[in-house]
Amino acid sequence: MAKRELTEINAGSMADIAFLLLIFFLVTTTMAQDFGIMRQLPPMQEDDVIEEPETVKEKNVFRVLVNSNDQLLVESEFIQIDQLKDKTLEFLTNKGVFKDEPGVDTHTEREWVRKSDIVQKIANAKGYLAKDQEDQNAKNNLKKYSAKLDAINFFGEYKALIPAALISLKNDNGTSYDMYIQIQNELTSALNELRDELVSKVSRKTYLELDKLNPEERRIIMAVRQIYPQKVSEAEPNQ
Amino acid sequence: MSKFNKGKKKKMQALSTASLPDIIFILLFFFMVTTVMREQDVIVEVKVPDASEIVKIKKRELVDYINIGIPVDIDLYGSQPVIQLDGAIGDLDKIGPWIANNKDARDEAVQSKIVTSLKVDKDTKMRIVTDVKQELRKAEALKIMYSSSAKERTVSAKK
Repeated sequence: MAKRELTEINAGSMADIAFLLLIFFLVTTTMAQDFGIMRQLPPMQEDDVIEEPETVKEKNVFRVLVNSNDQLLVESEFIQIDQLKDKTLEFLTNKGVFKDEPGVDTHTEREWVRKSDIVQKIANAKGYLAKDQEDQNAKNNLKKYSAKLDAINFFGEYKALIPAALISLKNDNGTSYDMYIQIQNELTSALNELRDELVSKVSRKTYLELDKLNPEERRIIMAVRQIYPQKVSEAEPNQ
Repeated sequence: MSKFNKGKKKKMQALSTASLPDIIFILLFFFMVTTVMREQDVIVEVKVPDASEIVKIKKRELVDYINIGIPVDIDLYGSQPVIQLDGAIGDLDKIGPWIANNKDARDEAVQSKIVTSLKVDKDTKMRIVTDVKQELRKAEALKIMYSSSAKERTVSAKK
């Protein structure tokens, strides 16, 4: 056998091949862009259940109406979309959250959440559970009040929106989707700003950056949600 | 020979391009990893609105997409906004079975975590969106996301 010397393969064209592949992926690529506003829809109401008209005090409801010309009516007042956030903030923080402040009387009420009350209620729930392990009501209560106690431990005693308070959003069939999203965005933006403010006291992240899977940060999320709950409710569409 | 550069070497050393493929390969790998092949045909044209309060979905495999917009092929599908489910145009009454189908295709443990992402063109009117939302409520697909692209948060007057 003749002894052959190994000739080196010229790798100069390797770059060209790689370039070719690169260009292919450059063209076909679409960056993952699963971003958006998350919402939870309310479950469908059964048809045969006749709903009692809820008696909510007008001042506990922050009404946002938008018509088919994308005009905005908030609390019976024509406003522009860029004013919506401030109006919402006003509603959400009326009369102070951590201390009593003068506010607008036509806006919602708030009630103090006191540590002593919560501790008492937790003790009650535990008492019921000691008697009956399967007491679902007591279990729920325990969970609810523990979350509130957590919130107090993090941020101090606070004034909660009364349960009936809500932001009511109603749109027309002719409203543009863009306008609808802008409204949803402004409402959420007001809420997130308040939440950020709270979170900044205990963490360097913003509210949206907190990670639910991290137990410590999860506690912060839950506490913040107690103090500033998401309260947007959408009107049933007319049939 | 000029008398100024007498002793100096004038020739510049050839730059080695041996590492060029490596650099290209790194770029290549980056794009290979980030790339997502289009899973479905584009039937409707969607330009999503801008929003600032957006969150990112980490588990893409738990997301179903409903596209709503004006068809690309106007001659075939008309010029009114239509609903696209996967690769086909769907009517409102197809949403329920479609949702149920997607649910069955997934593991039981994650069925409650499915998110329906609404990719709706921003010029669409709300009527069709509301109808779709009602269908989703009937089908008990309550977690939804209004797909949006990023923008800056509006500044409130207080600050």
